Order: sequence, then structure tokens, then C-alpha cells
Amino acid sequence: MMTDATEAPRRIGQAFDTDELVLNMGPQHPSTHGVLRVVLRLDGERVVDADCVIGYIHRGVEKLCENRDWTQIVLLTDRMDYVAAATSNLGYVEAVEKLMQVEVPRRARYIRTILAELQRIASHCLWLGTHAMDIGAMTVLLYSFREREHVLDLFEEYCGARLTYNSMRIGGLPLDIPTGWDKRVSAFCDVMETKLDEYEELLTNNRIWVGRTRDIGVISGEEATALGLCGPPLRGSGVSRDVRKDEPNAAYDEFEFDIPLGTRGDTYDRYLIRLEEFKQSIRIIRQAVEGLPEGPVMGKVPRLIKPPAGETYHAVESPKGEIGFFVVSDGRSTNPYRFRVRPPSFCNLQALSRLCKGHLVADVVALIGTIDIVLGEVDR
Amino acid sequence: MADDANQPAEKPSRPAVPPRPGPAAGAAPRKPKPKAPPEPPKGPPDPPPPEGMDPPGFVAALQAGVPGAVAQLTYWVGDWSVIVPAERLLEVARFLRDDSACGFDYCADVTATDWPPRAQRFDVIYCLYSTLNRHRLRIKVRAAEGDPVPSVAGLWPAANWLEREVYDQFGVNIVNHPDLRRILMPDEWQGHPQRKDYPLEGPGEYLMEDPQDWLQVWKLPDESGSEIE
Repeated sequence: MMTDATEAPRRIGQAFDTDELVLNMGPQHPSTHGVLRVVLRLDGERVVDADCVIGYIHRGVEKLCENRDWTQIVLLTDRMDYVAAATSNLGYVEAVEKLMQVEVPRRARYIRTILAELQRIASHCLWLGTHAMDIGAMTVLLYSFREREHVLDLFEEYCGARLTYNSMRIGGLPLDIPTGWDKRVSAFCDVMETKLDEYEELLTNNRIWVGRTRDIGVISGEEATALGLCGPPLRGSGVSRDVRKDEPNAAYDEFEFDIPLGTRGDTYDRYLIRLEEFKQSIRIIRQAVEGLPEGPVMGKVPRLIKPPAGETYHAVESPKGEIGFFVVSDGRSTNPYRFRVRPPSFCNLQALSRLCKGHLVADVVALIGTIDIVLGEVDR
Repeated sequence: MADDANQPAEKPSRPAVPPRPGPAAGAAPRKPKPKAPPEPPKGPPDPPPPEGMDPPGFVAALQAGVPGAVAQLTYWVGDWSVIVPAERLLEVARFLRDDSACGFDYCADVTATDWPPRAQRFDVIYCLYSTLNRHRLRIKVRAAEGDPVPSVAGLWPAANWLEREVYDQFGVNIVNHPDLRRILMPDEWQGHPQRKDYPLEGPGEYLMEDPQDWLQVWKLPDESGSEIE
């Protein structure tokens, strides 16, 4: 039978146009670690472009803090990076202490350092478990959460809370450590060291793990610096930048520790760096527990906190990177005139669209895991 | 009061309030009227460095390299900052990034503060860090409502999202930005929440209909003659 003359003959395969496809990932996707929405433009299974949509749990923490007393804000800083509350506490109280020029007792600075490093271990445990689970290694989560529980028990013993600690005060600490707590921290360090070998055994030479992370999301040192990456993603690209070394806060200038650096700037390097940071954190905690000085844990601060008029920016190294607090006092009110957080997760997430260009959709999951975001801090 | 700073600069004039019934005879005398709230602060002190303190080398390099751009040099609790006019911001930023004595290759933060009584109500603040020389500097730019502030996202890609946040939360007019959209608030949001004349609390569900209605209600006095806080 003859075909209609007006109908053009169709070539084989013409029906399959190769248009780019726009795919919505999230905000309820399990691998986005919260409510992150990534709009992906795909060519086949390759990512051409990615756009992050954030703000789903924006609570206006900065605005809220500007309407609270200086002392009340410590509690709100817990709720930003809720898996690393102690380092947020540390950054905030030190920023206010800098503005007021308050001297903090040495014992308090030592205990703060121990808390911050325990927090780094807990946060990295959570990162390791979820990152490995995203890629498909389920067992690691069960292992690393076992150690995280141990850290949370130590925190519970110290301040009564397991997640949002409210563990520091402007001028020092609310309370001294319980009897025998330092011994139990040392015991934990011994346990943790053996467990690290278990993680390494599961992942470091695992062929699937290496295949999924090697050369994924490679970024050079210059580009990482320009993009504002911070923390392990920046050090993974070989840039020696750690606030603990460069601008020592708490008692970090009194301890010996190394800053691990990557060479290739890929996901596997960032994994190795965080594993090494576990060991360095243990090293710092051991030194701090051994050298823990006697003395008070609270410095001399007025009952009513009212810093003189002025502004300052103070940064500390959170498990995610540089967390900075920009605080402005007008000198006569009991609340800050301006309270600003420089959230490390926010700045690291910005690089996601750069990192995942040219990779597969499945790698986007690995890349969200490798930059270690907490949406509570991204959105504030 | 904790919310003094949130009061808008100009308030609509109050309608006449009917006089209240006076106190009954023999009742306790009325309490004295509370004092008027203090005027909102007019800006940060921005103190100059103390006598005899030399500015660090990168400040001297900046003053020599871009003459006349530094309108004011300030020092407070160990932090150096320079105030530059908005039209020379890019020039200063480029010098700070590229000059070897400065080497500010890392833009740690971009943020703003709002001082409503001032004509140039916004301070846009750039926190810079040098990973090479390990020092910090803040640039501060003053801008009035609608004044163009050039984007530095071309120099430091890190500033992209941070400037979007400044635009979203303060409504600073950032120009030549590659992708200026709201970032934390929904796209259709009205107003800029971090401004000092934006209320802390909304009315709940009412807000969902039209935020502008609530902004108007908030500025009106209630029946008793006292302002809704």
C-alpha cells in the first residue's frame, strides 16, 4: 500500500529526540540529608547543570537572635548545625568574648577544646555512616553510629543533653566536668582508635568504594579557594587552611596536631582526610585530658552582658569548615544589633553545581555526601 | 525593651484616642509614664586605630596601590576594616585579590547591617581572608535604598550565594550579579526580613494570604493606644 505523499518518511531512531531532561531531586529525597532540592539538567545520565534550591527550613535564626539576649543566643546556635552543636557554641561565645575582651580561664579553654574535638568525632561518624550508606555500603552506618552513641553518652554526662548541648557560656563554661569524666574520655579515645581500623577495613581498599569515589568531583586548590570551600573539601584539594592552626582559638595553640592534606581533590581524598581527622582529634583530646589544668571554669563577666559598641568577626573550625560569627553591638541594648553566621555548609553547598557537572546522577548522591552538609545550618 | 531597635524610622501619625476614664477617688496615684524609648542607633562607631599603632602592610599597600579609595580605616578588637565608596569597590577588591602583599584570595563572608535612621542605611560587609599570607580584612560599603552596589562574584565566585542572601534578606541593590534571585525566602516573598523595620513575628495564618496586609496592620496603633510590638 502506498503511503500518503504528504507524510515524510521517518528514519529509524528519529522518534528518540535527544533533548535535555530536567529532573527534580528532592526536597524529600533520602540522600539529600534533609530538605535540599537539586534541579538537574541531564543529557542522558550525565549532569549538564545543577541548581540548588534551599530555604525549606529557613527559621530566621539571625533575626531571632537579634531579638534575644546575648546569653540566650547560645541555645539558638545549637539549632543551626544540630549534629555539631558544641562547635557552634564555641564560635559564638568566643566571638562575644572577643567583643567584650574577656579573659577565659585556661581550664575552661581546655574543656572547650575537648568538647569541640569530641564533637568533630561525632559529626564525622555521622558523615561517614550516611555518606557510605548513600553510596551503598550499609554496614558502615551501624559501625559508626555505635561510636557516635559513645560520644553522645559522654556529652550527656557532661551537660545532660545528647544533641543540642547549650554547653558553653560567655566567659567560660556552665559547670566543671563530672568526677572521672576525663578518664572515660581517655578510655573512649582508646576504643575509637581500634574502631577506626574497622572503618578502614570496610572501605579504604574496597574496590566498589574506590570506584565510586576516585576521580569524582575533582576540584583544584585555586578553584576551591575561589569558590569559598572550607573545611575538609578545601583541604582535600591541597590547600593548607585550618582555623585551628591559622588563627588558634580555645587552647589549640598549646597542642600538637597535623592538618591532613589531599593531593587529587576528589571524593576519595576528602574521605581519607576525614578519617585522618579522627586520629588528629583523638591526639588533641589525649593531650588536653593529660594536661588539664586546675582552676575555675568561669571567667569574670558581668551578670548583664552588654558589650561595648563595635563589631567583630570570629571564626572557628567546625567539622564542616570555617564557621564565622559576625556580631555587632550598639553598646546600650542587651541584645546584639546584628548577628550573622557564616555557615560552612552553605558555602560548601554552593560548589555542588560545579562539582557534579559531567558526572552521573548516581554521583550527585556521592557528592552531596562528600561536602557534608546539614540543612539546618544552610537554611538557618 | 528588647524590640526598640525594630521600630520603624517614621511612624504614621496616631489617630485621636478617646480619653480614658480617670482613676476613682482614693485610688492609688497613677504610675509615672514610662520613658520614651531611646533613639535607634545611627551606625557603628567605626573607631580609627589608636594613636601610635601602625596599620599592617596590606593596608599600606592598598592605600598606595589605589590612592584615595580608602575613605576610612578602622580598627576594633584586633580586626582591621576599610570603608570604601561603592563606585570604587571593584577596583579595591581586584587590587586586594591580585596584589602579592595583600593576596586576599578567599572571600569568607558577605553580609550587611541595616541602620534605618541613616540616609545610607546599609553597610555591606565583605570579610576577606588570605590563605597565602594568613591575614584578614573587612571591606565596608555604605549604600542607601536602591543605591547600586557592584557584585564581586566575578572576582570571588564564593560571593555568588552570599550576595544573593544579602539581596534576599536586606534588599540591597546588587548590580551585575550573574544570578540574582532570592535564596532563603520563597521567590514570591514580599519584603526583606533582616531589615530593622520588618516585624519579628507574623500573625500566623493571616500572613499566608498577603504579607503586605500584615505589615500595614503592624504599623497601626491598637485600641488601647499602645503600639503592637
